[in-house]
Amino acid sequence: MRNSSFTPGLAIAHVGAGLFGTIGRVAIDVVTEVGFAGILLWRSLLSLRKLGRSAPLVIEQARRIGVESLPLVIITSVFTGAVTAVQAAYQLKEFVPKIYLGTAIYKSVVIELGPVLTALVVGGRVSASIAAELGTMRVTEQIDAMDAMAIDPIRYLTMPRIVAALVMLPVLTVFADILAIGGGFFVANASLDISPKVFIEGMKMFFVPRDILGGLMKAFVFGGIISLMGCSAGLRTLGGAVGVGAAATRAVVTSCVLILVGDYVLAVLLFRIIFGE
Amino acid sequence: MTERPDRGATERPDRDTAAEPVIEVRDLWKSFGDQEVLRGVNLFVLDGETLVVLGPSGCGKSVLLKHVIGLMKPDRGSIVVEGRELTKLDAHELKDLRMRFGMVFQGAALFDSMTVGENVGLPLKEHRGMKGDELADLTETKLRMVGLAGVSHLRPSEISGGMKKRVALARAIALDPDIILYDEPTTGLDPIMAEQINELIRTLQRKVNATSIVVTHDLHSAKFTGDKIALMHNGRIELVGTMDDLRHSDNEAVRTFIARGHAPALGSKGGAGPIDPEVFE
Repeated sequence: MRNSSFTPGLAIAHVGAGLFGTIGRVAIDVVTEVGFAGILLWRSLLSLRKLGRSAPLVIEQARRIGVESLPLVIITSVFTGAVTAVQAAYQLKEFVPKIYLGTAIYKSVVIELGPVLTALVVGGRVSASIAAELGTMRVTEQIDAMDAMAIDPIRYLTMPRIVAALVMLPVLTVFADILAIGGGFFVANASLDISPKVFIEGMKMFFVPRDILGGLMKAFVFGGIISLMGCSAGLRTLGGAVGVGAAATRAVVTSCVLILVGDYVLAVLLFRIIFGE
Repeated sequence: MTERPDRGATERPDRDTAAEPVIEVRDLWKSFGDQEVLRGVNLFVLDGETLVVLGPSGCGKSVLLKHVIGLMKPDRGSIVVEGRELTKLDAHELKDLRMRFGMVFQGAALFDSMTVGENVGLPLKEHRGMKGDELADLTETKLRMVGLAGVSHLRPSEISGGMKKRVALARAIALDPDIILYDEPTTGLDPIMAEQINELIRTLQRKVNATSIVVTHDLHSAKFTGDKIALMHNGRIELVGTMDDLRHSDNEAVRTFIARGHAPALGSKGGAGPIDPEVFE
Protein backbone atom coordinates (compact mmCIF):
# COMPACT_ATOMS: atom_id res chain seq x y z
CA MET A 1 0.00 0.00 0.00
CA ARG A 2 1.27 3.46 -0.91
CA ASN A 3 2.29 5.65 1.96
CA SER A 4 0.49 8.91 1.19
CA SER A 5 1.95 10.79 4.22
CA PHE A 6 5.49 10.98 2.84
CA THR A 7 6.20 13.44 0.04
CA PRO A 8 9.91 13.79 -0.88
CA GLY A 9 9.50 17.35 -2.18
CA LEU A 10 7.85 18.50 1.03
CA ALA A 11 10.46 16.74 3.17
CA ILE A 12 13.30 18.47 1.29
CA ALA A 13 11.50 21.82 1.57
CA HIS A 14 11.04 21.19 5.30
CA VAL A 15 14.73 20.32 5.81
CA GLY A 16 15.73 23.35 3.69
CA ALA A 17 13.50 25.68 5.68
CA GLY A 18 14.88 24.24 8.93
CA LEU A 19 18.45 24.73 7.70
CA PHE A 20 17.86 28.30 6.58
CA GLY A 21 15.94 28.98 9.78
CA THR A 22 18.88 27.71 11.84
CA ILE A 23 21.39 29.74 9.80
CA GLY A 24 19.17 32.82 10.21
CA ARG A 25 18.86 32.32 13.95
CA VAL A 26 22.63 31.82 14.33
CA ALA A 27 23.27 34.95 12.23
CA ILE A 28 20.88 37.00 14.39
CA ASP A 29 22.51 35.60 17.56
CA VAL A 30 26.01 36.48 16.31
CA VAL A 31 24.97 40.03 15.28
CA THR A 32 23.17 40.52 18.62
CA GLU A 33 26.16 39.21 20.61
CA VAL A 34 28.68 41.32 18.69
CA GLY A 35 26.41 44.39 18.86
CA PHE A 36 25.93 44.06 22.61
CA ALA A 37 29.66 43.42 23.12
CA GLY A 38 30.44 46.54 21.03
CA ILE A 39 28.17 48.72 23.18
CA LEU A 40 29.66 47.15 26.31
CA LEU A 41 33.20 47.88 25.09
CA TRP A 42 32.30 51.49 24.30
CA ARG A 43 30.68 52.05 27.71
CA SER A 44 33.64 50.35 29.42
CA LEU A 45 36.05 52.65 27.56
CA LEU A 46 34.01 55.67 28.71
CA SER A 47 34.20 54.46 32.31
CA LEU A 48 38.02 54.36 32.08
CA ARG A 49 37.83 57.98 33.26
CA LYS A 50 37.18 56.52 36.71
CA LEU A 51 40.00 53.97 36.50
CA GLY A 52 41.81 55.47 39.48
CA ARG A 53 38.78 54.96 41.71
CA SER A 54 38.38 51.41 40.44
CA ALA A 55 42.05 50.47 40.95
CA PRO A 56 41.37 48.05 43.86
CA LEU A 57 38.76 46.27 41.73
CA VAL A 58 41.21 46.00 38.81
CA ILE A 59 43.91 44.58 41.11
CA GLU A 60 41.46 42.01 42.51
CA GLN A 61 40.47 40.95 39.00
CA ALA A 62 44.14 40.83 37.91
CA ARG A 63 44.74 38.38 40.77
CA ARG A 64 41.79 36.22 39.75
CA ILE A 65 42.43 36.34 35.99
CA GLY A 66 46.22 36.34 36.06
CA VAL A 67 47.68 34.83 39.21
CA GLU A 68 45.05 32.12 39.58
CA SER A 69 45.48 31.08 35.93
CA LEU A 70 49.23 30.64 36.35
CA PRO A 71 49.24 26.91 37.32
CA LEU A 72 47.20 26.09 34.19
CA VAL A 73 49.50 28.20 32.03
CA ILE A 74 52.62 26.57 33.52
CA ILE A 75 51.43 23.04 32.76
CA THR A 76 50.16 23.94 29.28
CA SER A 77 53.27 25.80 28.21
CA VAL A 78 55.91 23.42 29.59
CA PHE A 79 54.33 20.47 27.81
CA THR A 80 53.65 22.49 24.66
CA GLY A 81 57.36 23.38 24.48
CA ALA A 82 58.37 19.78 25.14
CA VAL A 83 56.03 18.40 22.46
CA THR A 84 57.14 21.07 19.98
CA ALA A 85 60.77 20.00 20.51
CA VAL A 86 59.97 16.31 19.95
CA GLN A 87 57.79 16.99 16.90
CA ALA A 88 60.20 19.51 15.36
CA ALA A 89 63.13 17.12 15.82
CA TYR A 90 61.12 14.31 14.19
CA GLN A 91 59.92 16.48 11.25
CA LEU A 92 63.28 18.13 10.56
CA LYS A 93 65.77 15.33 11.22
CA GLU A 94 66.37 14.35 7.57
CA PHE A 95 66.48 17.85 6.11
CA VAL A 96 67.54 20.53 8.59
CA PRO A 97 70.61 20.78 10.85
CA LYS A 98 69.97 20.42 14.59
CA ILE A 99 70.97 24.00 15.28
CA TYR A 100 67.69 25.16 13.74
CA LEU A 101 65.64 23.33 16.37
CA GLY A 102 66.12 26.24 18.79
CA THR A 103 64.98 28.63 16.06
CA ALA A 104 61.88 26.55 15.27
CA ILE A 105 60.84 26.29 18.91
CA TYR A 106 61.50 29.91 19.75
CA LYS A 107 59.68 31.26 16.65
CA SER A 108 56.65 28.97 16.91
CA VAL A 109 56.26 29.55 20.65
CA VAL A 110 56.72 33.31 20.68
CA ILE A 111 54.67 34.12 17.58
CA GLU A 112 51.93 31.52 17.74
CA LEU A 113 51.79 28.85 20.43
CA GLY A 114 52.46 31.06 23.45
CA PRO A 115 49.76 33.68 22.86
CA VAL A 116 47.17 31.40 21.26
CA LEU A 117 47.36 28.44 23.64
CA THR A 118 47.53 30.74 26.65
CA ALA A 119 44.47 32.61 25.39
CA LEU A 120 42.56 29.38 24.73
CA VAL A 121 43.22 27.81 28.14
CA VAL A 122 42.81 31.07 30.06
CA GLY A 123 39.81 31.94 27.90
CA GLY A 124 38.06 28.70 28.77
CA ARG A 125 38.66 29.26 32.45
CA VAL A 126 38.16 33.01 32.72
CA SER A 127 35.33 33.74 30.26
CA ALA A 128 33.20 30.93 31.73
CA SER A 129 33.93 32.16 35.24
CA ILE A 130 33.07 35.79 34.39
CA ALA A 131 29.87 34.79 32.55
CA ALA A 132 28.73 32.51 35.38
CA GLU A 133 29.45 35.13 38.04
CA LEU A 134 27.79 38.04 36.24
CA GLY A 135 24.98 35.76 35.03
CA THR A 136 24.21 34.69 38.59
CA MET A 137 24.31 38.34 39.65
CA ARG A 138 21.88 39.17 36.85
CA VAL A 139 19.32 36.44 37.65
CA THR A 140 19.45 37.10 41.41
CA GLU A 141 18.86 40.85 40.83
CA GLN A 142 22.28 41.81 42.21
CA ILE A 143 22.98 43.87 39.08
CA ASP A 144 19.57 45.58 39.40
CA ALA A 145 20.45 46.27 43.06
CA MET A 146 23.71 47.88 41.96
CA ASP A 147 21.85 50.03 39.43
CA ALA A 148 19.27 50.94 42.07
CA MET A 149 22.12 52.08 44.34
CA ALA A 150 23.32 54.41 41.55
CA ILE A 151 26.49 52.33 41.11
CA ASP A 152 27.21 51.77 37.42
CA PRO A 153 27.64 47.99 36.86
CA ILE A 154 29.79 48.72 33.79
CA ARG A 155 32.24 50.76 35.87
CA TYR A 156 32.11 48.42 38.86
CA LEU A 157 31.97 44.99 37.18
CA THR A 158 32.87 45.11 33.49
CA MET A 159 35.63 47.69 33.16
CA PRO A 160 37.89 46.20 35.90
CA ARG A 161 37.61 42.74 34.31
CA ILE A 162 38.46 44.05 30.83
CA VAL A 163 41.41 46.14 32.04
CA ALA A 164 42.75 43.25 34.15
CA ALA A 165 42.50 40.80 31.24
CA LEU A 166 44.15 43.26 28.82
CA VAL A 167 47.11 43.58 31.20
CA MET A 168 47.32 39.99 32.46
CA LEU A 169 47.09 38.10 29.14
CA PRO A 170 50.41 39.58 27.85
CA VAL A 171 51.98 38.91 31.29
CA LEU A 172 50.79 35.30 31.24
CA THR A 173 52.02 34.99 27.65
CA VAL A 174 55.53 36.11 28.72
CA PHE A 175 55.48 33.34 31.36
CA ALA A 176 54.15 30.89 28.78
CA ASP A 177 56.85 31.82 26.25
CA ILE A 178 59.65 31.40 28.79
CA LEU A 179 58.28 28.13 30.15
CA ALA A 180 57.54 26.64 26.71
CA ILE A 181 61.03 27.48 25.45
CA GLY A 182 62.35 26.06 28.73
CA GLY A 183 60.35 22.86 28.17
CA GLY A 184 61.70 22.57 24.62
CA PHE A 185 65.23 23.32 25.83
CA PHE A 186 65.01 20.61 28.50
CA VAL A 187 63.71 17.93 26.10
CA ALA A 188 66.22 18.90 23.40
CA ASN A 189 69.03 18.63 25.92
CA ALA A 190 67.83 15.53 27.75
CA SER A 191 66.60 13.31 24.95
CA LEU A 192 67.33 14.79 21.53
CA ASP A 193 71.09 15.09 21.87
CA ILE A 194 71.17 18.87 21.33
CA SER A 195 73.50 20.75 23.63
CA PRO A 196 72.39 23.93 25.43
CA LYS A 197 74.93 25.92 23.44
CA VAL A 198 73.59 24.71 20.09
CA PHE A 199 69.98 25.31 21.16
CA ILE A 200 70.71 28.88 22.28
CA GLU A 201 72.78 29.60 19.17
CA GLY A 202 69.81 28.50 17.06
CA MET A 203 67.52 30.83 18.98
CA LYS A 204 69.90 33.75 18.53
CA MET A 205 70.42 33.23 14.78
CA PHE A 206 67.02 34.53 13.68
CA PHE A 207 66.06 36.52 16.76
CA VAL A 208 64.02 39.64 15.99
CA PRO A 209 62.30 41.64 18.77
CA ARG A 210 59.19 42.21 16.62
CA ASP A 211 58.32 38.48 16.95
CA ILE A 212 57.93 38.95 20.70
CA LEU A 213 56.12 42.28 20.24
CA GLY A 214 53.71 40.72 17.72
CA GLY A 215 52.96 37.81 20.08
CA LEU A 216 52.28 40.17 22.97
CA MET A 217 50.04 42.37 20.84
CA LYS A 218 48.04 39.26 20.00
CA ALA A 219 47.79 38.41 23.70
CA PHE A 220 46.54 41.94 24.44
CA VAL A 221 43.71 41.58 21.90
CA PHE A 222 42.88 38.07 23.14
CA GLY A 223 42.62 39.44 26.68
CA GLY A 224 40.01 41.92 25.44
CA ILE A 225 38.07 39.18 23.61
CA ILE A 226 38.01 36.83 26.62
CA SER A 227 36.82 39.42 29.14
CA LEU A 228 34.38 41.13 26.80
CA MET A 229 32.71 37.87 25.74
CA GLY A 230 32.49 36.73 29.38
CA CYS A 231 30.93 40.02 30.51
CA SER A 232 28.61 40.22 27.51
CA ALA A 233 27.26 36.68 27.97
CA GLY A 234 26.93 37.19 31.74
CA LEU A 235 25.06 40.49 31.56
CA ARG A 236 22.63 39.10 28.96
CA THR A 237 21.75 36.04 31.04
CA LEU A 238 18.07 35.21 31.24
CA GLY A 239 16.31 32.67 33.45
CA GLY A 240 17.81 30.74 36.32
CA ALA A 241 20.50 28.06 36.58
CA VAL A 242 19.93 26.93 32.99
CA GLY A 243 20.44 30.50 31.77
CA VAL A 244 23.69 30.80 33.75
CA GLY A 245 24.97 27.51 32.28
CA ALA A 246 24.05 28.65 28.77
CA ALA A 247 25.80 31.98 29.33
CA ALA A 248 29.02 30.25 30.44
CA THR A 249 28.93 27.96 27.40
CA ARG A 250 28.23 30.89 25.06
CA ALA A 251 31.12 32.84 26.56
CA VAL A 252 33.61 29.99 26.07
CA VAL A 253 32.47 29.18 22.53
CA THR A 254 32.43 32.80 21.32
CA SER A 255 35.75 33.67 22.92
CA CYS A 256 37.50 30.55 21.54
CA VAL A 257 36.11 31.12 18.03
CA LEU A 258 37.03 34.82 18.12
CA ILE A 259 40.55 34.00 19.40
CA LEU A 260 41.15 31.65 16.45
CA VAL A 261 39.63 34.02 13.87
CA GLY A 262 41.37 36.98 15.50
CA ASP A 263 44.68 35.09 15.39
CA TYR A 264 44.44 34.84 11.60
CA VAL A 265 43.43 38.49 11.22
CA LEU A 266 46.27 39.62 13.52
CA ALA A 267 48.78 37.34 11.75
CA VAL A 268 47.95 39.05 8.45
CA LEU A 269 47.81 42.50 9.98
CA LEU A 270 50.99 42.27 12.04
CA PHE A 271 53.31 39.99 10.13
CA ARG A 272 52.30 40.80 6.55
CA ILE A 273 51.24 44.46 6.68
CA ILE A 274 52.76 46.18 9.75
CA PHE A 275 56.00 44.16 10.18
CA GLY A 276 56.07 42.95 6.57
CA GLU A 277 58.75 43.76 4.07
CA MET B 1 -16.12 41.87 36.71
CA THR B 2 -14.84 45.44 36.86
CA GLU B 3 -13.11 46.30 33.61
CA ARG B 4 -12.02 49.81 34.53
CA PRO B 5 -9.91 50.78 37.51
CA ASP B 6 -11.30 53.17 40.07
CA ARG B 7 -9.96 56.24 38.28
CA GLY B 8 -10.95 58.71 40.96
CA ALA B 9 -8.93 56.96 43.61
CA THR B 10 -5.79 56.78 41.47
CA GLU B 11 -5.81 60.30 40.13
CA ARG B 12 -3.54 62.91 41.71
CA PRO B 13 -4.97 65.11 44.47
CA ASP B 14 -6.26 68.56 43.67
CA ARG B 15 -3.38 71.06 43.59
CA ASP B 16 -5.23 73.55 45.75
CA THR B 17 -6.32 71.18 48.49
CA ALA B 18 -3.49 68.67 48.92
CA ALA B 19 0.27 68.27 48.91
CA GLU B 20 2.16 67.50 45.69
CA PRO B 21 2.73 63.79 45.25
CA VAL B 22 6.34 62.62 45.64
CA ILE B 23 5.78 59.82 43.14
CA GLU B 24 3.17 59.91 40.43
CA VAL B 25 2.62 57.16 37.86
CA ARG B 26 0.47 58.14 34.88
CA ASP B 27 -1.10 55.70 32.44
CA LEU B 28 1.85 53.27 32.52
CA TRP B 29 1.93 50.47 29.95
CA LYS B 30 4.50 47.69 29.60
CA SER B 31 4.51 44.50 27.53
CA PHE B 32 6.96 41.61 27.31
CA GLY B 33 6.44 40.04 23.90
CA ASP B 34 2.68 39.72 23.46
CA GLN B 35 2.02 39.71 27.20
CA GLU B 36 0.74 43.01 28.57
CA VAL B 37 2.02 43.25 32.14
CA LEU B 38 1.07 46.85 32.93
CA ARG B 39 -2.14 48.11 31.33
CA GLY B 40 -2.51 51.77 32.13
CA VAL B 41 -1.44 52.06 35.77
CA ASN B 42 -2.25 55.34 37.56
CA LEU B 43 -0.95 55.92 41.06
CA PHE B 44 0.42 58.62 43.34
CA VAL B 45 2.22 58.63 46.69
CA LEU B 46 2.34 61.66 48.99
CA ASP B 47 5.32 62.79 51.07
CA GLY B 48 5.99 60.54 54.06
CA GLU B 49 3.19 58.17 53.07
CA THR B 50 3.50 54.39 52.75
CA LEU B 51 1.57 52.99 49.83
CA VAL B 52 1.14 49.23 49.62
CA VAL B 53 0.61 47.75 46.16
CA LEU B 54 -1.28 44.56 46.91
CA GLY B 55 -2.03 41.86 44.39
CA PRO B 56 -1.53 38.25 43.37
CA SER B 57 1.75 36.91 42.01
CA GLY B 58 2.30 37.78 38.36
CA CYS B 59 -0.04 40.80 38.31
CA GLY B 60 2.80 43.24 37.51
CA LYS B 61 3.62 44.64 40.97
CA SER B 62 7.38 44.11 40.81
CA VAL B 63 7.50 45.39 37.22
CA LEU B 64 5.71 48.55 38.40
CA LEU B 65 8.26 49.00 41.21
CA LYS B 66 11.19 48.60 38.80
CA HIS B 67 9.70 51.34 36.62
CA VAL B 68 9.49 53.69 39.61
CA ILE B 69 13.27 53.50 40.13
CA GLY B 70 14.08 53.53 36.42
CA LEU B 71 15.30 49.93 36.11
CA MET B 72 12.76 49.38 33.32
CA LYS B 73 11.51 51.72 30.63
CA PRO B 74 7.77 51.88 29.96
CA ASP B 75 6.24 51.37 26.53
CA ARG B 76 3.90 54.27 27.25
CA GLY B 77 3.06 56.56 30.13
CA SER B 78 5.13 58.52 32.60
CA ILE B 79 6.63 58.36 36.08
CA VAL B 80 7.14 61.66 37.87
CA VAL B 81 9.34 61.67 40.96
CA GLU B 82 9.53 64.91 42.91
CA GLY B 83 8.33 66.81 39.88
CA ARG B 84 10.86 65.27 37.48
CA GLU B 85 9.82 63.01 34.63
CA LEU B 86 11.91 59.85 35.13
CA THR B 87 11.78 58.66 31.52
CA LYS B 88 13.30 61.93 30.29
CA LEU B 89 16.30 62.05 32.65
CA ASP B 90 19.80 61.48 31.28
CA ALA B 91 22.12 58.92 32.92
CA HIS B 92 23.69 61.50 35.24
CA GLU B 93 20.34 62.90 36.41
CA LEU B 94 18.96 59.39 36.90
CA LYS B 95 21.99 58.49 39.02
CA ASP B 96 21.45 61.57 41.21
CA LEU B 97 17.80 60.69 41.64
CA ARG B 98 18.52 57.04 42.47
CA MET B 99 20.80 58.11 45.29
CA ARG B 100 17.67 59.37 47.02
CA PHE B 101 16.06 55.94 46.73
CA GLY B 102 16.58 52.78 48.77
CA MET B 103 15.28 49.50 47.47
CA VAL B 104 14.78 46.10 49.13
CA PHE B 105 14.62 43.35 46.52
CA GLN B 106 12.47 40.25 46.74
CA GLY B 107 15.41 37.85 47.14
CA ALA B 108 17.41 40.46 49.11
CA ALA B 109 19.92 40.67 46.18
CA LEU B 110 22.92 40.85 48.50
CA PHE B 111 26.30 40.75 46.76
CA ASP B 112 27.52 37.27 47.61
CA SER B 113 31.14 38.12 46.88
CA MET B 114 31.07 40.59 49.79
CA THR B 115 30.52 40.32 53.51
CA VAL B 116 27.37 41.67 55.18
CA GLY B 117 29.30 44.77 56.28
CA GLU B 118 30.70 45.37 52.79
CA ASN B 119 27.18 45.07 51.35
CA VAL B 120 25.80 47.73 53.68
CA GLY B 121 28.92 49.89 53.38
CA LEU B 122 29.10 49.82 49.57
CA PRO B 123 26.81 52.81 48.89
CA LEU B 124 28.54 54.77 51.67
CA LYS B 125 31.95 53.99 50.21
CA GLU B 126 30.92 54.72 46.62
CA HIS B 127 28.85 57.85 47.12
CA ARG B 128 30.19 59.40 50.31
CA GLY B 129 33.80 58.30 49.93
CA MET B 130 33.82 56.83 53.44
CA LYS B 131 36.49 54.39 54.53
CA GLY B 132 38.20 52.89 57.57
CA ASP B 133 36.67 53.30 61.02
CA GLU B 134 34.15 55.90 59.90
CA LEU B 135 32.72 53.45 57.35
CA ALA B 136 32.79 50.53 59.78
CA ASP B 137 31.03 52.56 62.50
CA LEU B 138 28.23 53.81 60.26
CA THR B 139 27.77 50.33 58.75
CA GLU B 140 27.43 48.88 62.23
CA THR B 141 24.92 51.62 63.15
CA LYS B 142 22.78 50.78 60.11
CA LEU B 143 22.94 47.08 60.97
CA ARG B 144 21.92 47.82 64.58
CA MET B 145 18.92 49.80 63.25
CA VAL B 146 17.61 46.56 61.73
CA GLY B 147 18.48 44.52 64.82
CA LEU B 148 21.67 42.94 63.50
CA ALA B 149 24.77 43.72 65.49
CA GLY B 150 28.10 41.93 65.17
CA VAL B 151 27.36 40.12 61.90
CA SER B 152 29.21 42.38 59.49
CA HIS B 153 32.00 39.85 59.00
CA LEU B 154 29.63 37.10 57.81
CA ARG B 155 28.93 36.27 54.16
CA PRO B 156 25.34 36.32 52.84
CA SER B 157 25.58 32.53 52.39
CA GLU B 158 26.15 32.17 56.15
CA ILE B 159 22.98 33.95 57.30
CA SER B 160 19.26 33.02 57.27
CA GLY B 161 16.59 34.33 54.87
CA GLY B 162 15.18 36.69 57.47
CA MET B 163 18.63 38.07 58.25
CA LYS B 164 19.25 38.60 54.54
CA LYS B 165 16.10 40.72 54.30
CA ARG B 166 17.27 42.75 57.30
CA VAL B 167 20.69 43.28 55.73
CA ALA B 168 18.95 44.35 52.50
CA LEU B 169 16.94 46.83 54.60
CA ALA B 170 20.09 48.14 56.26
CA ARG B 171 21.68 48.57 52.82
CA ALA B 172 18.57 50.35 51.52
CA ILE B 173 18.67 52.93 54.34
CA ALA B 174 22.46 53.37 54.21
CA LEU B 175 22.27 56.71 52.37
CA ASP B 176 19.26 57.96 54.42
CA PRO B 177 16.96 57.84 51.39
CA ASP B 178 13.84 59.98 50.93
CA ILE B 179 12.03 57.12 49.19
CA ILE B 180 12.17 53.41 50.06
CA LEU B 181 10.83 50.69 47.77
CA TYR B 182 10.13 47.21 49.15
CA ASP B 183 9.60 44.30 46.74
CA GLU B 184 7.79 41.47 48.56
CA PRO B 185 9.63 42.02 51.86
CA THR B 186 8.00 39.07 53.66
CA THR B 187 7.98 36.51 50.85
CA GLY B 188 9.66 33.23 51.74
CA LEU B 189 9.76 33.95 55.46
CA ASP B 190 8.03 32.06 58.27
CA PRO B 191 5.13 33.93 59.94
CA ILE B 192 7.20 35.00 62.96
CA MET B 193 10.02 36.35 60.84
CA ALA B 194 7.50 37.98 58.47
CA GLU B 195 5.93 39.72 61.46
CA GLN B 196 9.34 40.96 62.60
CA ILE B 197 10.08 42.35 59.13
CA ASN B 198 6.67 44.09 59.06
CA GLU B 199 7.39 45.65 62.45
CA LEU B 200 10.84 46.67 61.26
CA ILE B 201 9.40 48.37 58.16
CA ARG B 202 6.93 50.27 60.34
CA THR B 203 9.65 51.26 62.82
CA LEU B 204 11.97 52.43 60.05
CA GLN B 205 9.18 54.48 58.53
CA ARG B 206 8.84 56.32 61.84
CA LYS B 207 12.61 56.69 62.28
CA VAL B 208 13.65 57.79 58.79
CA ASN B 209 10.31 59.34 57.73
CA ALA B 210 10.74 58.21 54.13
CA THR B 211 8.04 57.96 51.49
CA SER B 212 7.59 54.24 50.81
CA ILE B 213 6.04 51.83 48.35
CA VAL B 214 5.63 48.25 49.57
CA VAL B 215 4.76 45.62 46.97
CA THR B 216 3.27 42.48 48.47
CA HIS B 217 0.71 39.72 48.05
CA ASP B 218 0.46 39.35 51.84
CA LEU B 219 -2.79 40.90 53.16
CA HIS B 220 -1.52 41.00 56.72
CA SER B 221 1.69 42.74 55.71
CA ALA B 222 -0.32 45.24 53.65
CA LYS B 223 -2.62 46.03 56.57
CA PHE B 224 0.25 46.38 59.02
CA THR B 225 2.66 48.47 56.93
CA GLY B 226 0.47 50.60 54.65
CA ASP B 227 -1.15 54.00 55.13
CA LYS B 228 -2.94 53.42 51.85
CA ILE B 229 -3.43 50.23 49.84
CA ALA B 230 -3.65 49.95 46.04
CA LEU B 231 -5.06 46.66 44.82
CA MET B 232 -3.49 45.60 41.55
CA HIS B 233 -5.01 42.99 39.30
CA ASN B 234 -4.19 41.98 35.75
CA GLY B 235 -1.86 44.94 35.14
CA ARG B 236 -4.23 47.60 36.51
CA ILE B 237 -4.91 49.32 39.80
CA GLU B 238 -8.44 48.34 40.73
CA LEU B 239 -8.82 50.44 43.87
CA VAL B 240 -6.80 52.68 46.20
CA GLY B 241 -7.86 53.21 49.78
CA THR B 242 -7.60 51.95 53.33
CA MET B 243 -8.09 48.31 54.30
CA ASP B 244 -11.67 49.22 55.27
CA ASP B 245 -12.26 50.69 51.81
CA LEU B 246 -11.03 47.41 50.32
CA ARG B 247 -13.29 45.35 52.59
CA HIS B 248 -16.36 47.34 51.60
CA SER B 249 -15.58 47.58 47.90
CA ASP B 250 -18.01 46.26 45.27
CA ASN B 251 -15.14 45.58 42.88
CA GLU B 252 -15.12 41.83 42.14
CA ALA B 253 -11.34 41.46 41.95
CA VAL B 254 -10.99 43.28 45.29
CA ARG B 255 -13.75 41.22 46.96
CA THR B 256 -12.25 37.96 45.74
CA PHE B 257 -8.78 38.90 46.89
CA ILE B 258 -9.99 39.91 50.33
CA ALA B 259 -12.17 36.80 50.67
CA ARG B 260 -9.77 34.20 49.33
CA GLY B 261 -6.41 35.83 49.54
CA HIS B 262 -5.97 35.85 45.78
CA ALA B 263 -7.57 37.51 42.77
CA PRO B 264 -9.71 35.83 40.11
CA ALA B 265 -7.82 33.89 37.45
CA LEU B 266 -6.17 35.96 34.75
CA GLY B 267 -7.18 35.83 31.11
CA SER B 268 -6.07 33.40 28.46
CA LYS B 269 -2.52 34.86 28.40
CA GLY B 270 -1.75 32.99 31.65
CA GLY B 271 -0.59 34.11 35.07
CA ALA B 272 -1.45 33.32 38.67
CA GLY B 273 -4.92 32.20 39.61
CA PRO B 274 -6.77 29.62 41.68
CA ILE B 275 -5.77 25.97 41.43
CA ASP B 276 -8.00 23.85 39.24
CA PRO B 277 -9.25 20.98 41.49
CA GLU B 278 -9.65 18.72 38.45
CA VAL B 279 -5.88 18.32 38.16
CA PHE B 280 -5.98 16.12 41.29
CA GLU B 281 -8.65 13.79 39.93
